[in-house]
Amino acid sequence: MAIIHIDGKSYEVKEGKNLLETCLSLGLDLPYFCWHPALGSVGACRQCAVKSFKDEKDTKGKLIMSCMEPVKDQLRISVSDKEAAAFREQVIGWLMTNHPHDCAVCDEGGSCHLQDMTVMTGHSYRNYHFSKRTYKNQYLGPFLNHEMNRCIQCYRCVRFYKDFAGGKDLDVFAAHNHVYFGRYKEGTLESEFSGNLAEVCPTGVFTDKTLKQHYTRKWDMTYAPSICQGCGLGCNIIAGERYGSLRQISSRYNGAVNGYFLCDRGRYGYEFVNSERRIREVAIRGLMDHAIDPGAALQYLQDKLPPGRTIGIGSPRASLESNFVLQQLVGDDNFYLGMSDAEHDLATLALKILKNGPVRTPSMQEAATADAVLILGEDLLNTAPMMALSVRQAVRKQPLQDAMNTTHVPAWQDAAVREAMQDKHGPFYILHIQPTGLDEIATRTYHTAPDNITRIGFAVSQLLGAPVAAVKDLSEEEQQLAQAIADALLAAERPLIIAGYGCGCEGTMREAANISWALQQKGKAAMLVLTTPECNSLGLEMLGSHRLETAVTAVLDGDIDTVIILENDLYRRLDRHIADQFFQHCKEVVLLDHLYNATAEKATVLLPAGTFAESDGTLVNNEGRAQRFFQVFAGSGVVQESWRWLLQLGAATNNARLKNLVYLDDVTQALAQSSAIFAGIDQLTPPADFRIAGQKIPREPHRYSGRTAMLANVNVSEPKPPEDADTAMSFTMEGYRGEPPSSMIPFFWWPGWNSVQSINKYQTEVGSSLHDGDSGKRLIEPKANGQAPYFSYSPDNFVPLAGHLMLVPLYHIFGSEELSVHTPAVAERMPAPYILLNPEDAQRYQVVESHQLQLSVNGHPYTFTVKTDARLHKGMAGLPVGLPGIEVVGVPVLGKL
Amino acid sequence: MSTGHYWLVIGGVLFVILNTAAGLIWLERRMLALWQDRYGPNRAGPFGLFIVLADTIKLFFKEDWIPPFADKVVFVFAPAVVVASVLLSFTIIPFAPNVVVADFNVGVLFFLAMSSMGVYSIVLGGWASNNKYALLGAMRGASQMISYEVFMGLSLMGVVILSGSFNLSEIVAAQKNGWYILPQCVGFFIFLIAGIAETHRLPFDIPEAESELVAGFHSEYSGMKFGMIFIGEYMGITLISSMVVTLYFGGWLGPAFLPPVIWFVLKTFVFIMLFILLRASMPRPRYDQLMEYGWKILFPLSLVNLLITAAIKLLI
Amino acid sequence: MFSLLRSMWLVFLHMFHKRETYQYPEERAPLPARWRGRIALTRDPDGGERCVGCYLCAAACPVDCISLQATEDEHGRRYPEFFRINFSRCIFCGSCEEACPTYAIQLLPDFEMAEYNRQNLVYEKENLLINSEGKYPGYNYYRVAGMAIDGKAKGEAEHEEPPVDIKSLLP
Repeated sequence: MAIIHIDGKSYEVKEGKNLLETCLSLGLDLPYFCWHPALGSVGACRQCAVKSFKDEKDTKGKLIMSCMEPVKDQLRISVSDKEAAAFREQVIGWLMTNHPHDCAVCDEGGSCHLQDMTVMTGHSYRNYHFSKRTYKNQYLGPFLNHEMNRCIQCYRCVRFYKDFAGGKDLDVFAAHNHVYFGRYKEGTLESEFSGNLAEVCPTGVFTDKTLKQHYTRKWDMTYAPSICQGCGLGCNIIAGERYGSLRQISSRYNGAVNGYFLCDRGRYGYEFVNSERRIREVAIRGLMDHAIDPGAALQYLQDKLPPGRTIGIGSPRASLESNFVLQQLVGDDNFYLGMSDAEHDLATLALKILKNGPVRTPSMQEAATADAVLILGEDLLNTAPMMALSVRQAVRKQPLQDAMNTTHVPAWQDAAVREAMQDKHGPFYILHIQPTGLDEIATRTYHTAPDNITRIGFAVSQLLGAPVAAVKDLSEEEQQLAQAIADALLAAERPLIIAGYGCGCEGTMREAANISWALQQKGKAAMLVLTTPECNSLGLEMLGSHRLETAVTAVLDGDIDTVIILENDLYRRLDRHIADQFFQHCKEVVLLDHLYNATAEKATVLLPAGTFAESDGTLVNNEGRAQRFFQVFAGSGVVQESWRWLLQLGAATNNARLKNLVYLDDVTQALAQSSAIFAGIDQLTPPADFRIAGQKIPREPHRYSGRTAMLANVNVSEPKPPEDADTAMSFTMEGYRGEPPSSMIPFFWWPGWNSVQSINKYQTEVGSSLHDGDSGKRLIEPKANGQAPYFSYSPDNFVPLAGHLMLVPLYHIFGSEELSVHTPAVAERMPAPYILLNPEDAQRYQVVESHQLQLSVNGHPYTFTVKTDARLHKGMAGLPVGLPGIEVVGVPVLGKL
Repeated sequence: MSTGHYWLVIGGVLFVILNTAAGLIWLERRMLALWQDRYGPNRAGPFGLFIVLADTIKLFFKEDWIPPFADKVVFVFAPAVVVASVLLSFTIIPFAPNVVVADFNVGVLFFLAMSSMGVYSIVLGGWASNNKYALLGAMRGASQMISYEVFMGLSLMGVVILSGSFNLSEIVAAQKNGWYILPQCVGFFIFLIAGIAETHRLPFDIPEAESELVAGFHSEYSGMKFGMIFIGEYMGITLISSMVVTLYFGGWLGPAFLPPVIWFVLKTFVFIMLFILLRASMPRPRYDQLMEYGWKILFPLSLVNLLITAAIKLLI
Repeated sequence: MFSLLRSMWLVFLHMFHKRETYQYPEERAPLPARWRGRIALTRDPDGGERCVGCYLCAAACPVDCISLQATEDEHGRRYPEFFRINFSRCIFCGSCEEACPTYAIQLLPDFEMAEYNRQNLVYEKENLLINSEGKYPGYNYYRVAGMAIDGKAKGEAEHEEPPVDIKSLLP
């Protein structure tokens, strides 16, 4: 701790941080541009000048850039010093000389850091009367809009895009006052994290292009804290709505989960909420001609749910609450997890490893502190993108430490430490079936079949001292690799092992567990990350119940009349032919879902279920962290939360288990009592009767506009705003204006800080946790001192089968996820369906790139367009699962030529 | 008096009073406008006269809303009190020789009794409304009326002493040789001021005081219930004006070229105009000023007036 | 006391003053040019819509009676997809006009907007847009803003240099 004096007041602060960060942590308003809490300092913008004094007697002082100044004991500075303030104003004046007169047509306006800082410094009149510099803009793809005129050359974009996120195609060009931030030529920005530029850029050079399609200012949106549904990581997001449609997703800071950033699937994959394919009315087959009101539908279903002959199929993309209520509605014995066989096995295994193993599964921010990383069969950028960003930071750890040790520069001196580090990377090994986007920073990569990855993993764990038998027939190269990996992991302090659903193979997960457990036994602070495919895969597995295939058997046996399907497209879980059969044998198929999909075609009763934006609920991410998402807006018409539909069904059928459950809090309490693992899940967020100063938390900023006009075209008498009986948030702008609890921050705003940079004000210390702790509750903690039940099964070497191709899954950040592909921008980035072959295989089967290949899977023929890649193991074929147009499910599976 | 004459007088008085009150709505608006360089209602009918009709129709057809939080029985009862008490007071006014509903020998006392009844309307209405503004208005009204009631009665006593009668017809008759305004000018002023306060007209409209209390005791009233309070106020003006005329300005007495009733009406109208002029020109005093003015100035003054009058009467 | 009587007398004398009232439908009051009456959306000198859908008027509106949705044409020019003012709520404070960065929304000296049906007080863009520059002739926002639109490429606005050639080596 150090004592520093700011404007004559003494503060006790942490030593070693930079002064700007410290001042902001203390709640002082100090303008800045080039500094970013996640990116560190470069001292480029000269905006954060303060005056520093030698001692008490020094009255003259000297101007310093606070972001470049480490905090030392007895430091004397003045923020409000006239000269410093004049300097800061002057700097803004310079930055503004070429800034266009654009605010009215700029998407950043109203949440613009440049606007805020200009007001903060007091620069109000333009003194520069010459002409302005202009630039030509570039087309940067469907996600980002480019308006280079507005640039103030803070370099944050390239620092984030290249240095932090490892992007290649955004750079700075030209020199002196002509510098240009863009691509070397027009084209789509390729990074999976490009969307963050909209938040990182302090002004409107990079803005959200999907927001522009339905542009709304920050102050005009109804926000709610939400959880991303794009993958199993559970990034915290803020979702904004206006005029009944979801407008924008932005990052919601969570010091334990996603930090400041989001991936592009999470940021842009929201538009399915506004899709034309949304189910918005209750529909009953045979009664198609007239609209059915919900009451009539419930009445219709009243005697169609015979106990024992009704089953419920849950969903890993529905909330815990919805799944739980369905389980209670149909009874434990009749509840089936709506996961495909492969997914089910993987989820069961993941939960088993996390629950029984002694190794901690880290949050994303903890994962970023690892100093050696091993990835077993996982294309992180496509299966868990934000984890890849953490891995990028983790891989920097060792050289960063070296650089700090040799140059004695703190880590936040970004330019200096990067200069000292050059291209060095920490130990990082990737074993996967095909190349991944992280390969470039890996120490070594190895592309082989999933079984072989398992075998190498097995060998590594054995080398690390796990009590397992040696692997037979390991090739020389593989043996060397295993040794190298084992050595690197042993040399590290905090090794991180990552596996998951990425190659659809249980073996990789088992070996990841084995390796991490062995490392733990060696006294390392090992960490184990297991990715999960969907936003609530782990939560559904915790709820636990029967496999989907048993449901199929039961239905095909004729034991079942009615199937209630919760937010699930069974055609993505079951083979098409099996699913067809399944539906043929059901008398009634009740589907609660958002979008018309293949299952909706078969349903006899459709109940419109609210998406994440129209529902409250809880999700459990791959870390076992339960997180609550809040309803952003009241669903139009009869759209309501799935769990509410199911509760109403329960009431209509006088279900004793669902008695007295009406509101969200009732359901979460029942859930918390249902099983020990869910204990405390009802306290994730304050209850519905929570009030601050007697008021609810408003979802709308205080300058929300148009209340008395937005619906006036329908009726000049304004309707009563919807009320939220489920949570302590209100759908209006009325309510408590101060800082809400961290789990229910609908948007970040602070007086004088309209942009997202206001996050600083919500943190205990810049870049650390939010004021009352980061939200979410980890439901699983490692069994300390637990005896690791090592897995001892090792598969045989993968041998191609003549006339067959082993179909292995390939994932795409844009395309593999079911709902996000309904965003036009995401669909634009989606690859066309294909099958990836080794050129030798292609030659053998006499196909070339872009030719059609016929394969028979489970006895049914499919046709694919061929792509080739020599790095794919022979005898295997990569299939982009989940991609629209790929009908094969249950990969990995053998395909017959 | 024959029964026919009796009913005729009752009917006539009722008809004239109610219509006057209604007409006053128009008159007041026109006069206020005149004194404020405006036109006032001038669109509905000649000189905007039909505004009275329009207003009445409006009041009758407005939703008769009783707030759910109000004490319903009392709430409905209160407006009736004000109209009833004022109407009853009119029974003792001699409009002309033999044109009086009830020629009481204690007419003055009856008037005092009836006018005090009016306060119930304010207190009950304000209380039953269950609204803080209404209650505040009611409290103010009660204290104001109780205070001003005291010297209103005292100021009247001068007239009673001079005429030796409580009967208003006799008081009028006693003024044959000179109106009491001359010997009782102090009494007249006090009675007039107290009368204004009794009708809680400006500048004594403290119980309503719309700038601070919304509409005071009748904040919650609407429709015809409000109409009764509204009409009650105008009838109060007419009542006080006719009492002033009866007591101090010789009632129906006047040169013979006009019938007595006309004299009475003319004189009364002069005072009604005075009421309106007061409204046009006076600001509203503060509440404490009002009470101070009543108790510290008017009350002693009325006592002195009574003493001197009694003394002179004794001496003569 | 005397002052009271004097003021009563003075008020009484007003009886003989000339009346100030304008007998409205027959006789019209002269409205100053800056009268805050009917709200209109004006046009640029070149006939284009001035409104760029920046939402500032909506934000400035104390009764929140303006709602709009911004959109963009294929050349980058912004305009409101819909623009609605609920005149049954409007208090004609003129804050929208003050907030407007493009002189698009203007209050005009006309107050005759009464309707028998309240619903008719809800004005849409087609009711608001007029074929005039209103009180501020000559101003054209896109001539000073940096955005490229149809007919004005980058660097062609007032006080703008031609776009930077980033491949140039000249200082």
